[in-house]
Amino acid sequence: MKGYVRSDGRKGIRNLVAVAYLVECAHHVAREIVALQREQAHLIGFPGCFPNAYAQQMMERLCTHPNVGGVVLVSLGCESFDRHALAETIRATGRPMETLVIQRDGGTRATIEAGHAAVARIAAEIADAPMVPLEISELVVGTVCGGSDGTSGISGNPAVGRCFDQLVEAGAACIFEETGELIGCEGIMAARAATPELAEEIRAAVDKAAAYYATLGFGSFAAGNAEGGLTTIEEKSLGAYAKSGQSQISGLIKPGDIPPKGGLYLMDVVPDGEVRFGFPNISDNAEIVEMMASGAHMTLFVTGRGSVVGSALAPVIKIAANPHMYERLRDDMDINAGRIITEGASIDEVGREILDLVARVASGERTRSEELGHTEFILTYKSFEPIGPACLPV
Amino acid sequence: MTDQRLLLLSPDDNVFVLRGAIEAGETVALEIGEATLPARLGMGHKIAREAISPGDKIVKYGAPIGTATAEIAPGAHVHVHNVKSDHTPTYALAETSQEVPR
Repeated sequence: MKGYVRSDGRKGIRNLVAVAYLVECAHHVAREIVALQREQAHLIGFPGCFPNAYAQQMMERLCTHPNVGGVVLVSLGCESFDRHALAETIRATGRPMETLVIQRDGGTRATIEAGHAAVARIAAEIADAPMVPLEISELVVGTVCGGSDGTSGISGNPAVGRCFDQLVEAGAACIFEETGELIGCEGIMAARAATPELAEEIRAAVDKAAAYYATLGFGSFAAGNAEGGLTTIEEKSLGAYAKSGQSQISGLIKPGDIPPKGGLYLMDVVPDGEVRFGFPNISDNAEIVEMMASGAHMTLFVTGRGSVVGSALAPVIKIAANPHMYERLRDDMDINAGRIITEGASIDEVGREILDLVARVASGERTRSEELGHTEFILTYKSFEPIGPACLPV
Repeated sequence: MTDQRLLLLSPDDNVFVLRGAIEAGETVALEIGEATLPARLGMGHKIAREAISPGDKIVKYGAPIGTATAEIAPGAHVHVHNVKSDHTPTYALAETSQEVPR
């Protein structure tokens, strides 16, 4: 495998231009800039006009993600987002970048034209970015499940868990998440923590999630989950938990914290403090975005009902847990873990199949969602306190 | 030997998971005898491995996933109508909660 080496030492598996709108009012212009150059340029952004430290940090992390070679920022001009601080952070990494300001640069048409030119210029500049050998141990891999049903927890998720065990063994950093989907698993998770202090942090994070969802009135449980045979949040939790495999849990991170070394990390995605901005993550892509902000090169996405999403910036590998859904949505699915249910395939076998694909995707092979042009992205308001000292491995 | 259509995830479980849809009127073999399904159930749904009483924990993956709210006979469907979460309430659309699409 080879990767694009960045100034901070991390290596990218893609070499993209990120086009980022800094308020919804600049979204259309940014989208039109990307429209002509969708292979090279991916659209990301933050819609809010009010300032938010979390969103600022997330955008800084995403614009300096190892898969990003250069950036075009698209500002309306009067929004609260600190485009100067973001630009400074990007420039400090040596990435080519340009800021366009719609109110300064002549409105919609002129800014779109300037954006096309900026993307073309930056794409040309990064086209011959140096590639260096890339080891499995240098990868950061995230996992989510979405559109879950009764099959997710018995085929796809355990298979991803097996893949995670092998990645962690090889020295990679693996991230699993959604503490709100792990309610009921806190005891077994805490028992896997590297230190007693980390175990306490894990319990506290799940307690926080339980209180947060109780305030909202219901958990992370959609009607489709019940149709697929899942009865309670804790049942869904145990199925989701299977994605984490059997490795020791090395750390607890929050969105934007980059794992300092290899190992298995739990990401706490539930905001700190009282409920302020509504649901922690309003859809699956919000979770993918947060793992990308923590450096995830790619995401293993297990789906039972059949999610079709991909992501901007980092490839998504879609793992079908439900064999019937796989037959209907084969174009969208990279792996058929439903074979565990219908063909007697072993969890180990499918875990190895996923691991092989991780290596191929890291080497440049495109996933189904990449081929289909999926580049979903969503970022909303949140607020976090920094993680405690017991959360990271020493 | 239990029915190949039923998956027991952990020896401690009191539910089986369906590997595939089972039609109304079909009979399944449980360890403690046979049971006939009154309605079609889809893959991933659960049926009782044994008699379950109100207040009993429902155990899957070897861990509790909720509490029974009614008597559940061996082979009966175990779902939102006879189980409640011990954590947060389950939100399911009334008109869809009984449907079991493939």
